[in-house]
Amino acid sequence: MTSLTPILTRSWGDETPWKLESYEKAGGYEGLKKALGQSQADLVQLVKDSGLRGRGGAGFPTGMKWGFLPAPDGGPRYLVVNADESEPGTCKDIPLMMADPHLLVEGVAITSYAIGSHHAFIYIRGEVVHVYRRLLKAVADAYAAGHLGKNIHGSGFDLDVTVHAGAGAYICGEETALLDSLEGRRGQPRLKPPFPAVAGLYARPTVVNNVESIASVPAIVRGGADWFTSMGTERSTGHGIFSLSGHVTRPGQYEAPLGITLRELLEMAGGIREGHELKFWTPGGSSTPIFTAEHLDVPLDYESVGAAGSMLGTRALQIFDETTSVVRAVSRWTDFYAHESCGKCTPCREGTYWLKQILHRLEHGKGEAGDIEKLVDICDNILGRAFCALGDGATSSITSAVQLFREEFEAGMTQPASELFPPERSALFDYTPRRSAGAAAGAVHA
Amino acid sequence: MTTTGYAPEVRARLDADAADIVSRYPQARSALLPLLHLVQSEDGYVSRHGIEFCAETLGLTTASVSAVATFYTQYKRRPNGEYTVGVCTNTLCAIMGGDEIFERLSERLGVGHDETTEDGRITLERVECNAACDFAPVMMINWEFFDNQTADSALEVVDRLIAGEDVTPTRGPEKVVSFKEMSRVLAGFDDGRADEGVAAGGASLVGLEIARDHGWTAPSYDAAEREAAASAAASADAAPGVGEEHSSADRPAGSDADVETEEKR
Ligand SMILES: Cc1cc2nc3c(=O)[nH]c(=O)nc-3n(C[C@H](O)[C@H](O)[C@H](O)COP(=O)(O)O)c2cc1C
Ligand code: SF4
Ligand code: FES
Repeated sequence: MTSLTPILTRSWGDETPWKLESYEKAGGYEGLKKALGQSQADLVQLVKDSGLRGRGGAGFPTGMKWGFLPAPDGGPRYLVVNADESEPGTCKDIPLMMADPHLLVEGVAITSYAIGSHHAFIYIRGEVVHVYRRLLKAVADAYAAGHLGKNIHGSGFDLDVTVHAGAGAYICGEETALLDSLEGRRGQPRLKPPFPAVAGLYARPTVVNNVESIASVPAIVRGGADWFTSMGTERSTGHGIFSLSGHVTRPGQYEAPLGITLRELLEMAGGIREGHELKFWTPGGSSTPIFTAEHLDVPLDYESVGAAGSMLGTRALQIFDETTSVVRAVSRWTDFYAHESCGKCTPCREGTYWLKQILHRLEHGKGEAGDIEKLVDICDNILGRAFCALGDGATSSITSAVQLFREEFEAGMTQPASELFPPERSALFDYTPRRSAGAAAGAVHA
Repeated sequence: MTTTGYAPEVRARLDADAADIVSRYPQARSALLPLLHLVQSEDGYVSRHGIEFCAETLGLTTASVSAVATFYTQYKRRPNGEYTVGVCTNTLCAIMGGDEIFERLSERLGVGHDETTEDGRITLERVECNAACDFAPVMMINWEFFDNQTADSALEVVDRLIAGEDVTPTRGPEKVVSFKEMSRVLAGFDDGRADEGVAAGGASLVGLEIARDHGWTAPSYDAAEREAAASAAASADAAPGVGEEHSSADRPAGSDADVETEEKR
């Protein structure tokens, strides 16, 4: 049995963990002081040795990313923290920054020092005002205490940190779109290469990392690479936050070594809500192919989830029981991708539009002959041809759901999802459905 | 050079704020998003004057400012209500009951998605996943969290807004501030409310509580302690019992403060 390992989540239940004095009392900023006494190269090597991989979805090794920065040329280089957290199902970075913003700020200071950046940015989505307040205050307090600013703790190292609020656009979580947005433009992805490490913010060398990745750094500095690798699997080292949501008895944040299984997590979470059983789930957010009860024992690490045909993504475990229409679920995710497609490339812009039309038909029981084949076809045309990973992600749930639950899509030729799976049975509160207006649940997102 | 339609004293105030915003960035254009939030804090939407103001401040054309403003859903092209009531209808929340909540609020307010009540008080929106899925179904009012909603609880909150009362989010400040006040925060101006409200909601703490109940902690930073714990675990051949002494990182998960917070919920 794998046990939970509260590290990033450790302080969240404390009285006022977001305050500087609480953070310092618990040993906060010790990692920064320790780091400032080490060489930059040693710190990069430490993070390489820890095996830490990006927690924002792609799982790219963090230390290696830092190591890709070209040698200093005297000009600026930047750290940009991706705090846009908008992938459906993903809900770990926001509670982290609300409860323990200094953990992120300390990680920012250490990372900036390690990569030789003197100006770091935290790009947070604009739809979480209180979290933005907490970050603004944490940064201001860290300056006042000498953890940021000029000559930090007498080390000679200077660092400015700007917390920047976005304005509502999922695509701005894609790292190059984020950089364009941070430069005051429409958030559209850039052609890669050049990668941000070479030409990122203001065309200067830039590291973009997820909140959870950066927040993992202070403990690695304090505990060492061996401490970190004492958790997790050989190639998916360390701890991560697993976010359980949906039809589980105790939804919430479970911090555990990578490689824990959904079966283990569900056991801790009191199982699927009473009287129901697991139907399907996402291992890593809505952009990852769905799983079923067959996958309960897949170790939730990068390799195993990949080998089982999906992606670990952001460990956003959205759980749905047997009352749920998979067509309705997939149709709604597709609305999201169609809405959030930035429009830059044709396969995604046009493809998501057509996918949405077809899925609406199927959801309303008005599917046409050949619709399922068309869905799969369009997905094939987007996958690998889209300019960025949003397009690929849009196809994941569709392709996997058609494979696993084809009969439900076929039923959509004649029967509305709301008849086959009355929505009130899936809801977490009781209500009397008003079905007269004709498939009320299907009437949305017209 | 003040060619925008703002009164001189308003323009002077905006100019001072804009200078503060621009100073946060190595390149001025990066200030555009916060400047647009600032415009909304003045006008309640991205007004014509506001676009001119941004363009003048940053030396851009009004067309390029507009092109940016229209890209982002938080920038409003029409005057927004004093409160934006957003119901998450992304898949997970929708299925947990968000669709029903939206329908009921829409009936009560007599407006649909992205529409504002006649008195200009409330704008209703369907919103996308707001990173709170473990609290589904979720409602956001001026982007503060109202977690674990039912149709009735959401209606109750909205009725209070209609009646002109203040409302308190589950995770957030003591009261939801107005759309304009919120926009000023998003422009990066602290409103002094950061210390209000809880550290975390119930769902955020679930794993922590389970760990505490089982006596589970993260491995010690100390290698010797780690090894001792590993061999103890191996010889015990089972998960440690509740409350068993364990080596831990220097900040134990289960402090008195945890218990207090738990009791308060
Ligand atoms: C459409 C899209 C949305 C994304 N959203 C986020 C996000 O909200 N947060 C995040 O950290 N990474 C997001 N990513 C991944 C980033 O592009 C990038 O890989 C990540 O920020 C790198 O940090 P990491 O290596 O620490 O994971 C997104 C990617 C895509 C394609
Ligand atoms: S895949 Fe979609 S989001 Fe990405 S660049 Fe193309 S249109 Fe934009
Ligand atoms: S789906 Fe509603 S908050 Fe994530």
